[in-house]
Amino acid sequence: MKVLAAMSGGVDSAVAAARAVEAGHEVVGVHLALSRNSGTLRTSSRGCCTIEDSMDAQRAANVLGIPYYVWDFSEKFKTDVVDDFVAEYQAGRTPNPCMRCNERIKFAALLEKALALGFDAVCTGHYASLVTDPDGNLELHRSAEVAKDQSYVLGVLTEDQLKHSMFPLGATASKSEIRKEADRRGLSVANKPDSYDICFIPEGDTQDWLTEKVGKAPGQIVDREGEVLGNHEGTHEFTVGQRKGLSIGRPAADGKPRYVLEIRPKTNTVVVGPQAALAISEMAGGRYTWCGQAPANTDEWTEILVQVRAHGEALEAKFAILDGEMVIKLLEPLLGVAPGQTAVLYAGTRVLGQTTIDRTVSAVPVGA
Amino acid sequence: MAIYLDHAATTPIRQELVQGYLEQLQVLGNPSSVHSSGQAARRSLEDARDLLAKVVGCHRSEVLFTSGGTESDNLAIKGLYLQRKSEDANRTVVITAGTEHHAGIDPVEWLEAHEGAQSVWLPVNGNGVVDLDWLANYLTENAVRVALISLMWVNNETGIITPISEVTALAAKHGIPVHSDAVAAFGHVSTNFAASGLATMAISGHKLGSPVGIGALIVARDAKLAVISHGGGQERGIRSGTLSTPLAYTLAKASALAEAEREEMSLRLGDFKEQIVSAVKAVAPDADFTRGDQPGFAGIVHFTFPGCSGDSLLYLLDAAGVSVSTGSACRAGVAQPSHVIMAMGRSEHQARGSLRISLGYTTTQADIDAFIKAFPVAYAGAHKAGLPSN
Repeated sequence: MKVLAAMSGGVDSAVAAARAVEAGHEVVGVHLALSRNSGTLRTSSRGCCTIEDSMDAQRAANVLGIPYYVWDFSEKFKTDVVDDFVAEYQAGRTPNPCMRCNERIKFAALLEKALALGFDAVCTGHYASLVTDPDGNLELHRSAEVAKDQSYVLGVLTEDQLKHSMFPLGATASKSEIRKEADRRGLSVANKPDSYDICFIPEGDTQDWLTEKVGKAPGQIVDREGEVLGNHEGTHEFTVGQRKGLSIGRPAADGKPRYVLEIRPKTNTVVVGPQAALAISEMAGGRYTWCGQAPANTDEWTEILVQVRAHGEALEAKFAILDGEMVIKLLEPLLGVAPGQTAVLYAGTRVLGQTTIDRTVSAVPVGA
Repeated sequence: MAIYLDHAATTPIRQELVQGYLEQLQVLGNPSSVHSSGQAARRSLEDARDLLAKVVGCHRSEVLFTSGGTESDNLAIKGLYLQRKSEDANRTVVITAGTEHHAGIDPVEWLEAHEGAQSVWLPVNGNGVVDLDWLANYLTENAVRVALISLMWVNNETGIITPISEVTALAAKHGIPVHSDAVAAFGHVSTNFAASGLATMAISGHKLGSPVGIGALIVARDAKLAVISHGGGQERGIRSGTLSTPLAYTLAKASALAEAEREEMSLRLGDFKEQIVSAVKAVAPDADFTRGDQPGFAGIVHFTFPGCSGDSLLYLLDAAGVSVSTGSACRAGVAQPSHVIMAMGRSEHQARGSLRISLGYTTTQADIDAFIKAFPVAYAGAHKAGLPSN
């Protein structure tokens, strides 16, 4: 196959490309230029956007003996990921930009371009496994390396995208194995630190960065009964489940700390309350996709596992598609889920599909 | 073996230099040493200076060897600015153009950030031609504030030629020094320094067939430059550092070889350029030959392709064994739309559809045939892939 290896400059994508080469594919390395103002050297724990990262990717491609190019997706990245991230926060939601990047850039814009240019597949260094079921259908499963599993952020992929994807790291037992393998292959990124932060936010301070982007928009902090408890300087500075930085002078009647329960962008209001009120029993979203074959009888309740954060736990739940909406009922209440987050459904280790959460239902009624 | 059509990035080393270069490498001695070994090295170095001065059309004392074009531009732009401002504190304006190479733009921006300079960007039209009427008017009003003018002779991306003698004639009325980055021009179009009226001119060896790592700054005897790089005082004190006799030899010799075949090559490349333009237009009628009918160096053939990404074209041509470029090679590591094409008033989308085919002294009809054969397939693929923003 003719394979485009997306190379960030990190160790995972370098080893993934190496394995694709070893499997006999015709591999071309491509680094995505996503930032307009690339820094010279890598700082903190950002992953991919400096010239040094691009040079690291090129060095790895050269060592593997494959052609290497830098393709500019910065404009699309800005509109579809960065601007979307800001807009989601402004709408009172908590987005996952890595997911949006997979959905709109890596497995959409890049994949489409690759297919148009004659490639058969895009290969990345994600930790996830592609499995073919007995009927020949593709399934996405969790990685064998559970601690590094990234199947959650790939939950947005559709059956057609899976057909043109390759995740050569899926069967790997551990990250340290990948580092050893990189070292054995002579790849200088073998000991490069992992990246954690959102790549387009310098110094990793999301709130400061957002304030710079959208400016201050003062509003009120209220409790669930609507009583005004204080003021804020912009709802984007808050996420559901947040406890610190509320600056409310008066303590709660029971003396317990207050948490952000809800953000209401229309009235520019932040709703706070006791931790118990963070518990939700249900979540739902109208924008959902199936990762591979769609399950049968989705109008009936089906038991599944649901995960709402990249490194969160999979929780027991049931789902159904009701009135065009994916509705997920949790077996046990869950704390602090915000609209904008993605709920990924699993059947065992298999990724079934996902939805971006539009609304949640509290497990605790107001006044309780 | 790839079909190499990226001579504006670097051109193959001339085989006539190799033997002499290897011999020079064996010569022991620092040209600044006083003993006879040093004097032998100095003798070779000054032979190179004589030869280069002859080709450039300047006095031997006006040749300062440097490491290449970028260093030469920095020494000249910063040196002229600081000198002129030290003579008269009102002289803070540097006139240049947005279509310059980064080696010309970035020193000016540095002077703005650190030395109180004010950049004035000379307007250019859609083909990249600088507006001399605007310059004349500006100088009439503001000449006392102008420290220098810096304009490249041939644009490295579009091949457009700036009428340097017209610029220097305007500047001379007000006693303003003019620097020109002639890296893409020297050895390719006529560039006699003495006749040019320039104060300083930057040239580079590897665009002519010498190894990378050697260039020169030509500094008129009456031009004054503040010293910005300090050391042993070599090269009129403007460019300190031990000189490489072997590389000076290759620069001088490559320049002489280039100059000797310049007119013949220009005719040959002009014919190749016509073939490329008509072949591209036949396949992609909406392709824009960027410099249009304006005077240009035949060896640089630049297009913008609407709705088509230059990096798709580059990839597909490279996969077909043809090496071309989307613009300057000097911003490798990041992919950004060309500032040169955008300074000519093109949108970012248009700039992203850039492709530069650059020809040199080794280019043959077979190379052109190979490009013309590979282009239609590459264009069809790139057009299908479109722009990532669509």
